[in-house]
Amino acid sequence: MVEARGTVESRARGAEDAGWHWALLALPAVAFVAVFFVVPLGEMVVQSITEPSPDNYATFVDTHAYVRVLLQTFRTAAIVTVTSIVLGYPYAYAMRRAGRLGFAALSMALLLPFWSSLLVRTFAWTTLLQDTGVINKALMSLGVIDEPLALMRNSLGVTIGMSHIMLPYMVLPLYAVMSRIDLSLTDAAKSLGAGPVTAFRRVFLPLSAPGLAAGTLLVFVLSLGFYITPALLGGPQNVLIGQLIADQVSINVNFGFASAVGIVLLVLTLLVLGTGGLLLQRSAAFKGLAR
Amino acid sequence: MSCSRHRKAVYAFATLVGAFLLLPTLVVVPMSFNKGSRLELPHSLSLKWYEAIFDSTMWRDAMWTSAQVALLTVVFATVLGTAAALGLARWRSKAVGPLMGLLLSPLIVPVVIFAVGVFLRYSQWHITGTMTGLVLAHVVMALPFVMVSVGSSVRTLDRNLELAAASLGAGPVLTFRRVILPLIVPGVVAGALFAFITSWDEIVVAIFMTSPTFRTLPVVMWSQVRTQVDPSLAAVGTLLLAVSTLVLLAATLLRRTTRSSHG
Repeated sequence: MVEARGTVESRARGAEDAGWHWALLALPAVAFVAVFFVVPLGEMVVQSITEPSPDNYATFVDTHAYVRVLLQTFRTAAIVTVTSIVLGYPYAYAMRRAGRLGFAALSMALLLPFWSSLLVRTFAWTTLLQDTGVINKALMSLGVIDEPLALMRNSLGVTIGMSHIMLPYMVLPLYAVMSRIDLSLTDAAKSLGAGPVTAFRRVFLPLSAPGLAAGTLLVFVLSLGFYITPALLGGPQNVLIGQLIADQVSINVNFGFASAVGIVLLVLTLLVLGTGGLLLQRSAAFKGLAR
Repeated sequence: MSCSRHRKAVYAFATLVGAFLLLPTLVVVPMSFNKGSRLELPHSLSLKWYEAIFDSTMWRDAMWTSAQVALLTVVFATVLGTAAALGLARWRSKAVGPLMGLLLSPLIVPVVIFAVGVFLRYSQWHITGTMTGLVLAHVVMALPFVMVSVGSSVRTLDRNLELAAASLGAGPVLTFRRVILPLIVPGVVAGALFAFITSWDEIVVAIFMTSPTFRTLPVVMWSQVRTQVDPSLAAVGTLLLAVSTLVLLAATLLRRTTRSSHG
């Protein structure tokens, strides 16, 4: 097709310019999220201070029981995070060093639970951990115990269940960083006389730190807002903030207070994320790992 | 070499962790075939629990509702998300970063907060307990997954192809239809599959947005887990597991295709 040179060039350039017509493509999604996501969150802010008043926040902070829920939430999140690190770091390391078959097996074992529904996995844990569950039955029939162990309706059950759910969120960022670590660096350290433990500690471990930080941050933040798993596996001692919010809405019909607690959780989540993100950026910059 | 001793210890530990990951996930499968009516590993096998859930109106309605909600979510999330991913990848403006953050922000807001906010606002619009309300909320949650998936596809596009099309006289719509779209199809389909699973398995928002007459599969399961606990739950769990695995396996394979075909 023959066109005047100027037109062809300007059309070609048009495809390359900033192109506000591209912005139009993004507009529907942006408008959608603004209306159906941001507005509901705004509604929570509004109701937290108007139903009946900003005293909602005071009630939360002043009531010992509620503050305990908040502390319990942070405690649980911390325990789950540490458990995820203890279980997840060696797992990611094994994935890094495994051959093709081992890697495939380890990936499958990680991804299959990750893909399946949270509710199904939590339910599966109830069948395993309850007094008449698989674990207790097996232990009793083997004669190891006479009475069922209390594996559920307590912090132990919550920790086990939540760690199970969180493990992929720890391993995946860790592995992503580990997969880019050049293993010849640890070989070089060994050739300079370092033992395997030293080589790991002084070469590999620091290089994997960004992945560890990312996984830790992710697991901690996700654990803060958790509702379903603690509700099913925990006892009255283990009411976490997510369940408090949900119960205030569905049981107490106390929308204003529930919104206030929700906003508190949201602000805490953003604070943790923001601080963690900043620390990550600064450490990466100092170590020259920023890309 | 002594390092192989350490390596073996790590592998052994990883195997234990792998068992920890897999066994609870898979334990529902044998339980679903139990002839008895308790949730335990079966002594004798039977399909009766599968028959029970397919015979039950409650479970069948829930499955059908879940499917409808998920399909509607997929359609809207894929269309909105693909357009947005493409638009934000091409638009040169300082607004792109913040807008991308906005569209991905549902990922960092704890679900229970979003669920309560949605419940409060949508009830004023009178769409709680309706398919409309639930689909709108699910589209918000599925959008980030579509955007990440399509976004990574778009990043592998060779800009020269679009320039060549433009130089041959193609307008933007034609370029999109004949050049861009065919190349990003794997990313779009993968995103659609992630969107499907996001809606299909979603529980927290569904708890707030459903009603006694309008319930999705996870909501029914949630209510049954605390009241009537028998192997029918294991059967439902197994079915859900099968669906999730198939859908997400397909999505992962599609994303590998995108990556490998573009180096």
